[in-house]
Amino acid sequence: MKDPSTFIFYVLALTWLLVSFKKDRKKTVQALWRAYRSFVSILPAFAMIILLLSLLLVFLPEKTIAMFLGDKSGFLGYFIASIAGSITLIPGFVAFPMAKMLLENGAGMAQMAVFISTLMMVGVVTFPLESRYFRFRATLWRNILAYFYAFIIGYAVSVVVGVVR
Amino acid sequence: MSRSSLKPYYGFLIILALCIGITLYLPFWGKQVFAVAFRNTLFMLGVVPPIFLMVGLFDVWIPREKVIKKLGDTSGWLGIMIAIALGAFAAGPLYAAFPVAEVLLKKGVSLRNIWIFIGAWSTMKIPMLLFEVQNLGLRFAITRYGMSFVGVLLIAFLLERFITVEEKNRIRTLFET
Repeated sequence: MKDPSTFIFYVLALTWLLVSFKKDRKKTVQALWRAYRSFVSILPAFAMIILLLSLLLVFLPEKTIAMFLGDKSGFLGYFIASIAGSITLIPGFVAFPMAKMLLENGAGMAQMAVFISTLMMVGVVTFPLESRYFRFRATLWRNILAYFYAFIIGYAVSVVVGVVR
Repeated sequence: MSRSSLKPYYGFLIILALCIGITLYLPFWGKQVFAVAFRNTLFMLGVVPPIFLMVGLFDVWIPREKVIKKLGDTSGWLGIMIAIALGAFAAGPLYAAFPVAEVLLKKGVSLRNIWIFIGAWSTMKIPMLLFEVQNLGLRFAITRYGMSFVGVLLIAFLLERFITVEEKNRIRTLFET
């Protein structure tokens, strides 16, 4: 497990479960039932996201994305970075080393920040799931706002990091 | 299995059919898709159990009045800070945030705080920040993190403005118990 917080989450959840069981068995069974129901109701969406993700990963692997991001600069670079970040769903522990490598190979600081920001905040693959909770309009607005805000982040990062160099 | 119990899986089944089609015509690529899907499934099953466990426990043990007071429509800055902390200390991919958001909405958390929570979960996770510092340097990471913090609040406040009261009520009724 690369993410230590997952381990902490297991400890927290199991401790809470134990305390709950000591306090009230009936309520604990109820909690387990609700946890199960919550999982089952979202399972179809998870299954679809995982399969879509796998398709993307095979036909648009990180190497290809890196190639697209690599040497493009200026407006086109921003645009490609933002689109790549929006449609892919690479976890942080893969994306950060990738961005580091690209920066060492001459990619733009601002473009990398745009890529990472859209990667995290804009989700095309998770759009159907998100709109199940917040409906279409709010989901669309959240993603649009996050998309454009990513460019502001990119600009800020390039200014701050650029000053020291 | 009756037809109605399969309905939520229609999207999944369409993509699955596509993947099987790919495997028939491009076996090399198709096999890779399924291998990656298998790995991703194992990853998901490794990460999500404690999240759902806590969703269930939260649902049963935490009283609605308490949640409304701390994170409801009149919760102010304290509510905002709690919403950020809930997202920032979370573990797991963004798609795992939605079931958590569901139980929070059920308990009466305001939509603005939910959007802040989703934003914090997506960009402000503390373990990720540490990893980002290691890879991209302190300046890059802190600037991105700080700007994201501002952005998360800004986007939540703008959404609050853009989304009409009727639309908000329609979202809320999805979560009424």
